[in-house]
Amino acid sequence: MLDDVAIRIRQNVGIVTAVLLFSILYLLYNLAHPKGFSSAVLVQNGDEIFALAMLAMAQTVPVLASGLDLSVGAVMTMVGCFASYLLAGAAGGAPLHLDIFGLHVGLGTFPGGLSGILLGIVICLATGALAGFVNGCVVVYGRIQPIIATLATGAVYIGIALFLRPTPGGKIDEDLNWALTNSLGDFASTVHIFDDGAASWFAPVAWIPVPFVLLILIALLVWVPFRRSVLGRTVYAVGSAEGAAYMSGLPIERAKIAAFTLAGFFAGCGGLFLAIQTSSGNADIPQAGAYTLNSIASVVIGGTSLLGGTGSAIGSIFGAMVLRVISFFFRIFDIAPLLQPLFEGLILLGAVSIGALGVLRVKNTLELFR
Amino acid sequence: MSDAALAQSAFLTLSGISKRYAGVRALEGVDFACERGKIHAVLGENGAGKSTLIKIIAGVVQPDTGTMRLGGNDVSFATPSAANAAGVVCIFQELSLMPDLSVADNISIASPPRRFGLIDARAQRRRAEELLAGIGCEDVNPLMRVRDLPLSRRQVVEIAKALGKKPQLLILDEATSALTSADVEKVYAMLARLKAEGVAILYISHRMHEVEALADRASVFRNGRHIETFDKGRRSTADIVQLMIGRDIATQYPPKPVREAAKPVLDIENLSWDRHLDRICLRVGAGEIVGLGGLDGQGQKSLLLALFGVLRSVSGRVTIEGCEVRPGSPAAAKSVGIALVPEDRKTEGLMLPMSIADNLVIASLDAISTGPLVDRARENEAIKRAIARLQIKIGAPGDAVSTLSGGNQQKVVLAKWLMTDPKLILLNDPTRGIDVGTKQELYRLMRELADQGAAILFYSTDYDELIGCCDRVAIMYDGRIVRELAGDELNETNIIASALNIDAATPVAAGAAHA
Repeated sequence: MLDDVAIRIRQNVGIVTAVLLFSILYLLYNLAHPKGFSSAVLVQNGDEIFALAMLAMAQTVPVLASGLDLSVGAVMTMVGCFASYLLAGAAGGAPLHLDIFGLHVGLGTFPGGLSGILLGIVICLATGALAGFVNGCVVVYGRIQPIIATLATGAVYIGIALFLRPTPGGKIDEDLNWALTNSLGDFASTVHIFDDGAASWFAPVAWIPVPFVLLILIALLVWVPFRRSVLGRTVYAVGSAEGAAYMSGLPIERAKIAAFTLAGFFAGCGGLFLAIQTSSGNADIPQAGAYTLNSIASVVIGGTSLLGGTGSAIGSIFGAMVLRVISFFFRIFDIAPLLQPLFEGLILLGAVSIGALGVLRVKNTLELFR
Repeated sequence: MSDAALAQSAFLTLSGISKRYAGVRALEGVDFACERGKIHAVLGENGAGKSTLIKIIAGVVQPDTGTMRLGGNDVSFATPSAANAAGVVCIFQELSLMPDLSVADNISIASPPRRFGLIDARAQRRRAEELLAGIGCEDVNPLMRVRDLPLSRRQVVEIAKALGKKPQLLILDEATSALTSADVEKVYAMLARLKAEGVAILYISHRMHEVEALADRASVFRNGRHIETFDKGRRSTADIVQLMIGRDIATQYPPKPVREAAKPVLDIENLSWDRHLDRICLRVGAGEIVGLGGLDGQGQKSLLLALFGVLRSVSGRVTIEGCEVRPGSPAAAKSVGIALVPEDRKTEGLMLPMSIADNLVIASLDAISTGPLVDRARENEAIKRAIARLQIKIGAPGDAVSTLSGGNQQKVVLAKWLMTDPKLILLNDPTRGIDVGTKQELYRLMRELADQGAAILFYSTDYDELIGCCDRVAIMYDGRIVRELAGDELNETNIIASALNIDAATPVAAGAAHA
């Protein structure tokens, strides 16, 4: 039994390192923060972490199958722009129209109220998944390298976002914004459950930020089952040895498409949340790029090999949190924000170097070039 | 048993199977059958067609012509999984495991036990434990990643994976090559059990003593043809070797000069590496061509890579012209006068998209540079000389090297190294996939280089070539040099016998042959 535990720890040393690193950094941060260890700080951090954590999960799945997805930031941005139209939540519904080539096309009225909001959320997430599915099809059937394919589709998605939101704008239902970006107690009082959050049994958990709950739910309800499915297993197998996976009769093409679709779904979750959090849609190109690069950094810090085959989306969540905590420090220590990229870069280099130590054990140096 | 009677009772029957790869014959009109409850050995030299035969049966490749019947029905397998579904399971020489997945994951990869649609990790682990225990290898923890297992344990996992598919016909392709002797015993016991259960077993091995101990029947293949099938005890080992060699059309080789014992250029003492090289001792003199023979994968390639500085943690002593060298990289090896024509010319030998000229001078840029700049005039001069010397047929030196034929590409690789004026030239199966005409030019060139004082160490999988080209041949088996053959001793029978390590009782001490 002890043996098994030791094996599991050794196999997940990357994740364990990320968790430890995050725990230490976050503890220090709270100690240094004037309002450390309070629900308010936790809520603020949760809001800041969520979108990147989702993009880190998104990036993990294609990376496990040894392909990079450079479109995750673009999918996030595009879904955010959709959300800024569909989640306005006005009582009478919102009229939608399309202005294209000088034509004004009415698209009817999108329903308002709770049912409208739920429908809007479903459409946004489906849009993300669809974008990912398109990526997967281009990679599998177009036989194009993932990095090139997603560079191109990413530009398309940004283009759609710009078409939808040439300038920042739109509106998100205020209750939705309040309910999802605060603590569980605020959520309960907004949607009128558990005696508006005053139920006595509810008090011990009322301080937990909603974004963390969402993160855990998505990880448990989407990632864990996927990892234990045949498709998920195949994603790992493809990243580990595609030839052997083929020879074992695994559904390689379906697994790759599934990997990109899931990436699109996770990126969509991130975009949806970002729109809700900022109460607007914004086709921000630099932001999309920064999120994509940070998602890759998170994956690496979280112990997933860029060569594929090993790692986990859970590790990437912690990778994202490590990256974010570093930026929190800049805030409380009042360090010039201009230094932030420098420090982030150094920490990323350090994390990647640890992962590269295995190279020293290789006995046939020719293998390093294969 | 007569062939007709065999065809009657056979479980698997192949008739008239032929297969060509890019015009090269791999199998021609092969008829073959095997029965349930019998272990059937398949024998032949490297390139005799055994691997292709197995790949066809296991659904990896499809035959060009011919039919296959299994248990009375016509079958044709489009994929390995189709073959598995019909009960045909193969344990391949190249492992089919996924290194980053656990042992349990790998064993159940094709059809994992499921609960509520998801993979049941616990059931999967139990299954792995049962299968491993069935072979007597309970010591493998199913949680371990395959990457972290030693090669011998990986092969055990591969066998467990195959057994998990409940085979009706089990094919073992050199499946015991990496096993420890204790594990080999366990595999024998497992095969005996499967045999008693009525499973048909095809067994490919180069270890004659294994074949003699296990097989009920054997078939010999040569040059893509089925030569003969016979029952256990009907043929002596010598007969079998003779069947495997057959008669071949002789190729023209340049004459071997008779010369006095030359001063040694390369002297290897007790070279060992990992589990692949075991106390190698070998000398190669100036003007000498020494062959490395033996079956595939007995350490010949590792020896060349070790000398060229590619391998880490090599122990032992290597001297070049009396000076001890310990190259830590190909660059260092180059600087002490070693050149290597690598195994795969397309990935390790050439930069395919670059021009012929660029490839020719790439290893000797220092010699044609003034300071940091390459001297164009000297470069062109050097390229012209190299092309003339090797008679490379080209359009223009600026054409991409990928436009050349395989033979001419190999000449470019060799020419590239000749420009560094090497003292020791290592050749890793340089004539593989090259037409006969260019082969003969390469032989001539090798002899020319030797005559100019280079020492050549030449690994080839073609015995005929070793006999024709080499002054002396060292036969390797399991990481050791088991015998050195020279003069009259250098013939096909001796090479094959030594390669199979049949007469391991009388090894010739390294270096004795030319002392």
